Amino acid sequence: MQIETNILLFEIALTLYFLSTITGVIEIFRSKKGASKAAIYLAALGFIFHTGNIFVRYVQGGHIPVTNMHEAASFFSWCMLILFFFHEFRYRLGLLSSFIMPIVFLIMFSSAIFPREINEFLSPALQSYWFGVHVILAFLGDAAFAMAGGIGVMYLLQERYVKSKHLGGLFQKLPSLQVLDEINYHLITLGFPLLTLAMITGVIWANSAWGTYWRWDPKEVWSLITWLIYALVLHLRLTVGWRGKKAAILSIVGFIVVIFAFFGVTLILKTKHVFP
Amino acid sequence: MNIIVVGLNHNKASVEVREKFAFDSEKLPNALKHLKESKISTENVILSTCNRVEMYASVKNLDTDVEKIIHFLSDFHNVPQQALDDSLVIYQGPEAVRHIFRVASGLDSVVLGEPQILGQLKDAYGISLQHKSTSTLLNRLMKKTFSVAKRTRTETGIGKGAVNISFAAVELAKKIFEDLSGKSFMLMGAGEMAELAARHLIGNGVEDVTITNRTLARAEELAQEFGGKVIPFENFMEELLHLDIAICSTGAPNYILRKEQLHTIMKERKQKPMFIFDISVPRNIDPEINDLDNVYLYDVDDLKDVADANAEERGREADKAEKIVEAEVQSFLKWQNSLVATPTIVAIREKAEEIRKEELDKTLRKLGPLEEDKIKAIEYLSSSIMNKLIHPPTAALKSVEEDREIMIDMANRLFKLETEENNGKKK
Repeated sequence: MQIETNILLFEIALTLYFLSTITGVIEIFRSKKGASKAAIYLAALGFIFHTGNIFVRYVQGGHIPVTNMHEAASFFSWCMLILFFFHEFRYRLGLLSSFIMPIVFLIMFSSAIFPREINEFLSPALQSYWFGVHVILAFLGDAAFAMAGGIGVMYLLQERYVKSKHLGGLFQKLPSLQVLDEINYHLITLGFPLLTLAMITGVIWANSAWGTYWRWDPKEVWSLITWLIYALVLHLRLTVGWRGKKAAILSIVGFIVVIFAFFGVTLILKTKHVFP
Repeated sequence: MNIIVVGLNHNKASVEVREKFAFDSEKLPNALKHLKESKISTENVILSTCNRVEMYASVKNLDTDVEKIIHFLSDFHNVPQQALDDSLVIYQGPEAVRHIFRVASGLDSVVLGEPQILGQLKDAYGISLQHKSTSTLLNRLMKKTFSVAKRTRTETGIGKGAVNISFAAVELAKKIFEDLSGKSFMLMGAGEMAELAARHLIGNGVEDVTITNRTLARAEELAQEFGGKVIPFENFMEELLHLDIAICSTGAPNYILRKEQLHTIMKERKQKPMFIFDISVPRNIDPEINDLDNVYLYDVDDLKDVADANAEERGREADKAEKIVEAEVQSFLKWQNSLVATPTIVAIREKAEEIRKEELDKTLRKLGPLEEDKIKAIEYLSSSIMNKLIHPPTAALKSVEEDREIMIDMANRLFKLETEENNGKKK
């Protein structure tokens, strides 16, 4: 009965995110404003059901629901929405929902593809205080990088309008270059320490669970690659001023690596890293 | 009551004519007072701007009252009426309503969709309100006009996108820097367009202003006006290390800034974005500079293209706005039409009530003293007969049928009514 409840909540949330995405995309092609608001309301409504789904699974499983691909992807998109709402209400960026909601929806949709059973019995390794801290840090970090990637796409589009001197299309609706660049930077400065802390807690936890800090597991390797990329992004920005277009491209590259580390490593490479 | 527009505007009247008939803030109240006292027109709003002098009025008699208003225009300004002959525009009925809606929406403006006209019309109406120069019809019309103007502006893009070069430059700067306040700006050289753009930038919050010119005297003069500092022209490269926006309008015959030079400067300023607007002809800034990251270079033609594209877009949006105006004109006319029938309906009711009272009194007198509830019963009988009899004709008058005019006329004759509307109408 309870399993059905969480699946129902998930399906409703997924549908609402889909509608929000469609509305957001329509906003791109419309001359009138207003669809953006509808997209945000739909996303917020979906978020409520989504939170319900996560809560039900938490109660049922007795732990944060991130122990399989279905739960992990769902939690990923849930974290992204938290950041999305924060930025939407803080900065009121034009077309933000049109560029972020599709990413949220795709991640949520990928979650729908995976088996949805709840792991009621965790391996002893996961029954640790570090587990909760590690996953929340890691997922929020990934969500920040995903947002930065979306914002990077917006920046590149707007930059192309300004450089090409054809100020039609989305030029009027997209935020200014400076704002997009600043938010991109803020998101990376948020994601980077989160990822760093997630890796530190992961290493400590690994030691307490398996007695070794680092095992060169693909998941660990790809986390390290992700960390190095964003370290490079920040380094280049602060020393030689790689901002604007270059920073936007790097944040998109970083986002692709994050997605690969998230899905690819588990699906293609063999990892012992139980989800998370 | 008929709505009319009598006036002069940029479409037909030259500025020489318009200025002769302009109402300044001193003349305007007098004019309104005069119109009211002389009973030329019952309601008046006078819109006097640099592009138009238009009188919006409601009059009883179309033919004679329009003439009277034209007379008034020439008398009031002491200009012979012949001066108006070829320049005057006169609209009545639906055309007048449409014209007022179009004016407020910026559809009749020199710069399509410009927003100032709405404010000017609101001010003009405010003055009329202050002098009690409007009543039901114009009040309703003005209210509707403002809502139409709001609709056309929010639902279409007629007001979007800068259509002149200096505004386009500001708009662009805002899409690069978001907030211009606190941004630093350098004006290199002088010239009308450069100064105008500088003024707009400063009006939008640009604070740190530097001016440089080959002739220092002119630079000092501008620095005084803009509240900026002057640097020798040879030092402008140093300034490029930290400024955000530059307008270049020197008379140099060749490029004064090359790609390689700015490339080095950009490295040194750690790629802080820079917007350069090169107004000079021949151009002073190497156009290839636009290829550098975080540098945005626009020359006059670029900005002119932007402004033209915006103007074209506004033109397309104007079609949508015209459709909104047309729908609103129809809805206003519907309301106005329902107004025409009202005096007739009121007259029918009054007449019926009068007859009822008369006959009731007669009957009660004949019957002598009666109990209270019996008097009530007779009163009820009389009024219900009356209401049932006049209900169908008044309902028919309220409906919006094509033959309503005829119906009103017929009602007036059938019930032998003498309404205001009936008197005013010419046969």
